[in-house]
Amino acid sequence: MASFQNYIFPESLEDAYELLQANRRNAVIGGNGWLALGRQKLHTAIDLSRLGLGQIRVGPAYVEIGAMATLRQLERELPGSLLACCVKPIAGVQFRNLATVGGSLYSRFGFSDPVTALMAMDTTVLLHRQGDVPIVDFVWQKPSRDIVLGCRVENNGRRAAYQTLRLSATDLPVLTVAVSRLGSDWRVVVGARPGKAMLAEEASRLLSEGKADAGTAASAAAEELSFGSNMRGSGGYRRQIAQVLIARAIEQLHGEGGLAIC
Amino acid sequence: MLITTVLNGKSLRQEVPADKTLLDFLRENGCLSVKRGCGTENCGLCTVWVDGTPVLSCSYPLPRIDGHEVTTLEGVREEAAAFGAYMAGEGAEQCGYCSPGFIMTVLAMERELRNPAEEEINAYLAGCLCRCTGYSSQMRAIRKYLEKRHETD
Amino acid sequence: MRQISQKVRKLDAQALVTGMPVYTQDIVQGPYLTVKIVRSPHAHAKILSVDASKAMKVPGAACVLTHRDVPHVRHTLGGYAYAGSNPYDRLVLEDRVRFVGDAAAIVAAETAEAAERMARLVKVEYEVLPAVLDMDTAEEAPAVVHPEEDYVCKPSIRNGNARNVLACGESGNGDVEKVFSQCDVVLEDDYHTLGNSQCMMETFRSYSFYDKNRKLTVISSTQIPFLVRRTIAYVFGLPISTVRVIKPKVGGGFGAKQSLVTELFGAAVTIKTGLPAMVLFDRRESFTATTTRHEMKLRVKMGAMRDGTVRAVSLYVRENAGAYGDHAMGCVGLSGHKSLPMLGKVEAYSFRYDVLYTNLIPGGAFRGYGATQGCFAVESMVNKMAHALGLDPVEMRLKNIPMEGDVMPAYYGETLTSSHLDRCIRRGKEMIGWDEKYPRRQTGSHTVRAVGMAASMQGSGIGGVDKCFATVRLDEDGRYTVLNGAGDMGTGCDTILAQIAAEVLETDIANVHAAAVDTDYSPYDKGSFASATTYVTGMAVVKACERLIGQMMAEAAAALETPEERLVFQGDCILEKDAPENRISVSDLARRQMTSGNCHAFTATCGHMSQTSPPPLMAGFVEIELDTQTGQVKVLDYAACIDCGTVINANLARVQAEGGIVQGIGMALYENMQFSSQGKMRNNSFLQYKIPSRLDVPPIRVAFDSSYEPTGPFGAKSIGEIVINTPAPAIADAIYNACGVYMTELPFLPERVLDAINNKAE
Repeated sequence: MASFQNYIFPESLEDAYELLQANRRNAVIGGNGWLALGRQKLHTAIDLSRLGLGQIRVGPAYVEIGAMATLRQLERELPGSLLACCVKPIAGVQFRNLATVGGSLYSRFGFSDPVTALMAMDTTVLLHRQGDVPIVDFVWQKPSRDIVLGCRVENNGRRAAYQTLRLSATDLPVLTVAVSRLGSDWRVVVGARPGKAMLAEEASRLLSEGKADAGTAASAAAEELSFGSNMRGSGGYRRQIAQVLIARAIEQLHGEGGLAIC
Repeated sequence: MLITTVLNGKSLRQEVPADKTLLDFLRENGCLSVKRGCGTENCGLCTVWVDGTPVLSCSYPLPRIDGHEVTTLEGVREEAAAFGAYMAGEGAEQCGYCSPGFIMTVLAMERELRNPAEEEINAYLAGCLCRCTGYSSQMRAIRKYLEKRHETD
Repeated sequence: MRQISQKVRKLDAQALVTGMPVYTQDIVQGPYLTVKIVRSPHAHAKILSVDASKAMKVPGAACVLTHRDVPHVRHTLGGYAYAGSNPYDRLVLEDRVRFVGDAAAIVAAETAEAAERMARLVKVEYEVLPAVLDMDTAEEAPAVVHPEEDYVCKPSIRNGNARNVLACGESGNGDVEKVFSQCDVVLEDDYHTLGNSQCMMETFRSYSFYDKNRKLTVISSTQIPFLVRRTIAYVFGLPISTVRVIKPKVGGGFGAKQSLVTELFGAAVTIKTGLPAMVLFDRRESFTATTTRHEMKLRVKMGAMRDGTVRAVSLYVRENAGAYGDHAMGCVGLSGHKSLPMLGKVEAYSFRYDVLYTNLIPGGAFRGYGATQGCFAVESMVNKMAHALGLDPVEMRLKNIPMEGDVMPAYYGETLTSSHLDRCIRRGKEMIGWDEKYPRRQTGSHTVRAVGMAASMQGSGIGGVDKCFATVRLDEDGRYTVLNGAGDMGTGCDTILAQIAAEVLETDIANVHAAAVDTDYSPYDKGSFASATTYVTGMAVVKACERLIGQMMAEAAAALETPEERLVFQGDCILEKDAPENRISVSDLARRQMTSGNCHAFTATCGHMSQTSPPPLMAGFVEIELDTQTGQVKVLDYAACIDCGTVINANLARVQAEGGIVQGIGMALYENMQFSSQGKMRNNSFLQYKIPSRLDVPPIRVAFDSSYEPTGPFGAKSIGEIVINTPAPAIADAIYNACGVYMTELPFLPERVLDAINNKAE
């Protein structure tokens, strides 16, 4: 467990932001999932749970997800959606009642299921100071001392198929794949490579231009992305199953399958 | 810091270190049913309810219970005994160490899901590890318990 | 039978499901010192110095103990009866650390926070030594794990600790090479099994204090209370009876608590400071600093005739003992002696082994105890042989298994006194739907369903070694108390023993109380391990109950003024056969203890030792779905039929089986202990070391086909360990049946399966 001397519920975002800047050892606490695992020595933990950031709003143009919305809320409030589907294997209900969307986004973990899924959608991350940042850029930004307010996903009918391989059902993934389609516009995203999720640009382009079938696009993606090894599998294996899972996801979307954001 | 909470129906005001775990706080306040099985949020043994929602007390930030209600197995003993009787009827409690967290999650599930299918039950309880039983006896107990509850409703 | 084979509830069920404070950490009361261990970051090092000065300045610091502060008494932590062959290769603390996580120093403080700070502030100066991290090169390695001069090993063991050889040995019967040369087909293959972590939910903990009479008392979550007492006494130079060990409810063990783990550390602190001390290992310490299943490499050679008769088999096992030899001898022995006898028709067998020390976490006891590893290798080879001969693996088993009455040379020459294994195999085959499903069915463009099977045996106690006593007492109110020292670790053996007592005493289980273990009051028992409690302690209970009935009969004869031979015991009363109105109730008899002038106490203590270890037997059948593009295996169904002799408790036996099979599935598919190149365990949490969740396993289907074991209580044998053995070989064979590749290394990760499929295609 991380240690900290103070624990503060700021009354406004500005207070929270100022507090975060006040000391390098101050940190925003999301669900506490990862802090509880670490041994960081913090000065002040900043709890955003009293700032109304725990809501999920479904509008005609956007779905807005507050940073303090829990992964379990995605399942309960967006049933049958892409996000509900992708968080199901994460640890357990009790964990998902803690873990927040903001925490998932800010941590930018390679193995993150929701980050992979959100990257396949038209997602903008909302930051207190920096403003709105497309998720593809956000994921590759160095974590800054800004506050993630949540994300906004276009409710535009884009559908995505989500595929993952896990050694056991509630384990971290060996690989995550989200392929999405809006009309002729395709997007192929691969996470848990084991590095951060990446957009397979070439494969996405081939599909969007109608120049590739599932197999060809999957091969292109496996070719253009890099894969590494960790305890759960080698880079070589990841490359092989990336092809398999991407092809399966594409087939699902060809078959009018796939899930929307809400 | 000073926190005010309702623990198993009783109001409590206590000065606590900001970085104490909810789990340790609960055990120190006499809720010895709460167990730590892993400390990495993967076993479910430490499950308690905050405002009726099952969470992992090994990682739930203690200050966040300020102004909220916390329930442990000690607070729902009658219900626990009612479901527990079905577990005992199957031999499903075995060593019993995971029973409190498991039962808290089952009782939360009962409140949250209506007539869940086996698949949904397994998905809901997936975060409750048990090394003794292999889970089959737990499912038999849950099914019999829910059937009985259904009949009496 | 009124109690036997019933679904009797565990006596402690109500307490457990209502979360009553019944475990070690729940029952101790402060204030006490919290003990923490300073652990080696190196796989092998000499400790040059330990500087405790900074640590002792932490407010609340009580003591820092180094190797200079503990007795220099070589011992083993492995719990085993007196005849044990474990080398004495440990000290509580030593000036040498032998694996990452080995204890370098002990600290104690008034609070956990202070103790943790102290542990970080103790400055240990190490001279890092070359480490032995691979058992295959251990013999030639320049480093020696146990160079110490006072290393103790029984002369009967062929030991070469200077070459990192803990032991080597061989046994056999007949001329295997000659018989191989006469066989139609001879196959040979290598198998590799990994360390596994027992992962009981309650991690290791104990609490020690001096009672008011200055008796060193230890409350411990252990399977072996009496062996904990003996070892503490031995190490600290105390008379055994001046140490008291209390075992409350235990949150699982699976063998992990068949070793002393925390007890000596806490005792050292209490002896040093005079204060109560609590040692509690967290999950990471439980993974990295205790014991695991032994890693083994096994070579099997098997010769058979075209009709499927296996005529000769040889097994060579290399066992990785890790840094200490706690359970190495027992486990390596079982890898052969409980796998090879399953080939009941062989004319010759040979079993050879080498046990090697390495600078890795020590091997220890884990359900199956070496038999599991042997079963994987030998049963896998039986399946391979069946395929090579074009035979159904089920028929292959039925042709080769030992039958009731057979002498089993590889099983210490014991006779198989009870077996329904043939019936178990046929029943399991029906349960899984073998004839319809064997070998495979394509279920999708990239999915194949297939079945596989394996058979197995274990033992029931350790023949001629395990000694257990039981005391049965008629209490003042006419109820009974069963005192035992077995050490129920959560499996329900207290309830089993109470059932056995209730059956003999012809009373309801509600009238029988089974007390938890307290070495001051409980009769001696070697402990709860080796699948022994029902079979060995259970017989002690039977004997004690019979003797108690004798005592009551004698008293009744006096009370009724009727010769004893005319009386009959009827559970609630004793009466005259031919004049039933001449009777005395058991409660009246109970009261007479306190009122009559003859001062007879109705209490009987009996011991039991079995000269044999009759094997329970089982057949396990699995159906899997294999994804041929990713290599992922999903277990769809598992059906097992078990002959554990008479089932004493229908629920508890079934749950033992279900739980053990699921552990075996985890071992087969993803429990994958990994070490860094420096010998550090990489997956030391439930985040990284995954045991099966309920989403990973199908409902396990278990049936019993019970033979009657004449030497066991009411015909019972054992159930606790055998149940973990069949999943690995059965799943391996299902994978072969699905896609034609032999998986010989655990676990069967999708990557390995896919590699094998790809290699086969090339």
